[in-house]
Amino acid sequence: MTENILEMRDITKTFPGVKALVNVDLHVKRGNIHAICGENGAGKSTLMKVLSGVYPHGTYEGDIVFENEVLNLKNIRDSEHLGIVIIHQELALSPHLSIAENIFLNNEIKTRGLIDWNKTNQEAQKLLAKVGLSEDPNTAVKNIGVGKQQLVEIAKALSKRVKLLILDEPTAALNDADSEHLLDLLRQFKSQGMTCIIISHKLNEIAAIADMTTIIRDGEVIETLDMSAGKVDQERIIKAMVGREMNNRYPVREPKIGNEILRVENWTVHHPDDASREVIHNVNFNVKAGEIVGLAGIMGAGRTELARSIFGHSWGVNISGQVHVNGKLANLKTVRHAIDAGIAYSTEDRKRFGLNLIDDIKRNISIASLDDFVKFGLVNDNEEYRVASEYRDSMNIKAPSPNSIVGKLSGGNQQKVVLSQWINVNPEVLILDEPTRGIDVGAKYEIYTIMQELAARGKAVLVISSELPELLGICDRIYAIAEGRITGEVERKDFSPELLMKYMTMTKEATHA
Amino acid sequence: MPKVIEKISARTENLRNRLEGVDLRQNAIFIALLAVIAFFAITTPMHTSVTPDNWSNLVVQNGYILVLAIGMVMIIIAGHIDLSVGSVACFIGSVAGILVVRPLEQHGWEWLPAFPWWGAILGAIAVGALVGMWQGFWVAYVGIPAFIVTLAGMLLFRGLALMTLQNSNIGPYPDKFRAIGNGFIDIDNRIGTKFGVTHYNLVALVITAIGILALLWNSLATRRGRIKYKQKVEPRTWFFIKNVLLAVMMGYVGVQLSRAHGIPWTLMVLVFLIVVYTIVMKKTTFGRHIYAIGGNLHAAVLSGINVRRVNFWLFVNMGALAALSGILITARMNSAVPSAGNGFELDAISSVFIGGAAVQGGVGTVIGSIVGGMIQGILGNGMNLNSLGISYQMTIKGLVLLLAVAFDVWSKKRTK
Repeated sequence: MTENILEMRDITKTFPGVKALVNVDLHVKRGNIHAICGENGAGKSTLMKVLSGVYPHGTYEGDIVFENEVLNLKNIRDSEHLGIVIIHQELALSPHLSIAENIFLNNEIKTRGLIDWNKTNQEAQKLLAKVGLSEDPNTAVKNIGVGKQQLVEIAKALSKRVKLLILDEPTAALNDADSEHLLDLLRQFKSQGMTCIIISHKLNEIAAIADMTTIIRDGEVIETLDMSAGKVDQERIIKAMVGREMNNRYPVREPKIGNEILRVENWTVHHPDDASREVIHNVNFNVKAGEIVGLAGIMGAGRTELARSIFGHSWGVNISGQVHVNGKLANLKTVRHAIDAGIAYSTEDRKRFGLNLIDDIKRNISIASLDDFVKFGLVNDNEEYRVASEYRDSMNIKAPSPNSIVGKLSGGNQQKVVLSQWINVNPEVLILDEPTRGIDVGAKYEIYTIMQELAARGKAVLVISSELPELLGICDRIYAIAEGRITGEVERKDFSPELLMKYMTMTKEATHA
Repeated sequence: MPKVIEKISARTENLRNRLEGVDLRQNAIFIALLAVIAFFAITTPMHTSVTPDNWSNLVVQNGYILVLAIGMVMIIIAGHIDLSVGSVACFIGSVAGILVVRPLEQHGWEWLPAFPWWGAILGAIAVGALVGMWQGFWVAYVGIPAFIVTLAGMLLFRGLALMTLQNSNIGPYPDKFRAIGNGFIDIDNRIGTKFGVTHYNLVALVITAIGILALLWNSLATRRGRIKYKQKVEPRTWFFIKNVLLAVMMGYVGVQLSRAHGIPWTLMVLVFLIVVYTIVMKKTTFGRHIYAIGGNLHAAVLSGINVRRVNFWLFVNMGALAALSGILITARMNSAVPSAGNGFELDAISSVFIGGAAVQGGVGTVIGSIVGGMIQGILGNGMNLNSLGISYQMTIKGLVLLLAVAFDVWSKKRTK
């Protein structure tokens, strides 16, 4: 079982002006789980696109050998035909179609030219069983959670008789329980002889599951580590990824905590689609000046819902309770009211909810505080440019000019634009929802530094994150939330992942999976 | 020999460096306009297309579409569409008729006091704004897609127009009312004659000169401001060439108009609207909110923009501009007829897309849409002068729209 199922030899891929991949060698053993790590923009996705035929044969240099045959892929269909299936980070499911329809999309089971729905559903059921899903295959995909959607994607891959399964950031949007289930599933597939390539930012997962890890930086393979032989620790991987020692993943600081700025009392929120369903139950918490407070919870615990309901009732209906900012009762009827009351909220999904991707940096930064740029009824765009230039320098936004289009920036730089936008409204309270999601280690460090500077300037910072180590690293205090309730509050001196995890999974009915 | 080649390559390199910072895509539409003008100047019999009279015709014939295009581009940038503008224009033309003509001309309406011409225009625009409020209400506050609301409006307001007209025409209109669509400033050139200028309309020349100076002053002031803030600006040579070219074009059209009947009132209205709405779109929070909504609706909501209010006022604005368009066409035809404004919505929409707006919203400019509308107008006019049949005209106009947008899509892909 030590034969290589896949050998990518000397792959070089050039885009106009940039070498995205330089002489990359990747050898994957049959039946292994092979992890690929690297910062954003290191070339992981490009490599996978070469492998899956998105970039056809001839547009790159080097050879791909799969099961001892040199490949000559023209498109994705060719690679899927051979059993190479890639599941992208952004799931490619059609939300209004059923699970079964999605699984057999473009691969329909037909008798005499017509789709055989009985057989389709039957096959779908079998595949769902393999991935541990008990949903009815007729359920529309939009009605199941993102974790289950991921499993549907995998079922879809199985339907194509997959030999090499490639997963791009499969757990980025999953909560811990779903992630664990997915990793178990991969282990199970491995025992059945399937080969997996997994791209992930989550180093603890890689440490837990991978047999081999290849680290890519700036389009080159830095090293391939055998994870089973010796104990490879996460610091080692990080060091290889960033090319420098990152002893300190979280900047140190001396918090100067002042008076209470944000106080939320008896906050209750109902679901906008079903007004009888309580999503947030009687929540109470506070954040003080100069304090970074974390909000920890598994996905679906109500973190984003809580934040957005506070931010101008932008989520939820029948909202009750009180929010005080600096001791004054805040009117939060609309987002504008919330901003005027001194609250800012940067979204977890910057592309969908945060940025106008087709517009430039300066106008994205100014949009929430546009009135500040108005003189005699007209917006002063030169002033916008000047302010954006300042943020570009102080936040280290890597872009040729404040006139650069935001959609062309990397994730980390986009996040800095979002933060600039909210810092520029000069709020008292900043709620940062997943501020480091999908951005690389170096940019994360910069974001942490920015958060600390904001706290040092006397702002109240509330951070929502799925990554517990991140919260433990940067927060002064953490609230745990589960099923829409605050289930615990932990001071820095008492921080421990175990304690927080206990609170985060403390559900009303103790029968949570 | 190699030295010569070196020199040439150095020169092209130099040129390339100079062209850096020039947005070719944005300028392509102007080049297309010039090309269309040049093409018909050459092909029309006796170069009719560039005679003073034809220039004069072009302005008054296309004014009402261009007015619609201004409102339409704003709607399209916000991600909506308005299919009802032709019907609304027709309806408002007949409303203006009720206000200014009916009481004077028709039996049984004597009880209704006739409005003065300006009162009728203001009243008709107010009714147009009411129409816009109706549509804006359904789009913004009920949440029905604009396509549906305005498709319904297309039928609804055509129906109301027919009711108002009672299956006949209303007309003729008072001369002062007609002037806005068909009149010229100092058509008799009284002022010119006083100063001994007889072949050129003096007022037209003066207005053109003021226009050119204003344009140059504005470009210079904008450039100065950018430089002061250390922004990257167009290369000096390019800036110079571009502005001289624009000035020459304006001067040429102005001189031609002065040789015909002078400046049409329609043109004055149009220039006023172009200036005002360019400022609205580029420099006011309302305009910037429109771009933000079209670019990313969710992000706009979470940036504190009152999306409903913006959408509502967008449709009110469109209603008022459709009303103005209706006034222009009625004044020009000197009669409100049931078929007025047929197909205007399609002309306005294609002007906007030829002018570089994106179907997805978030992209587009007032001036681009005006140029898009002019390209269409000049095409139609030139083909008429070349005695091309309507069948060919429609085919060609369709292809132009398709190719213009295809070029846009293609150039966007290239820059990615």
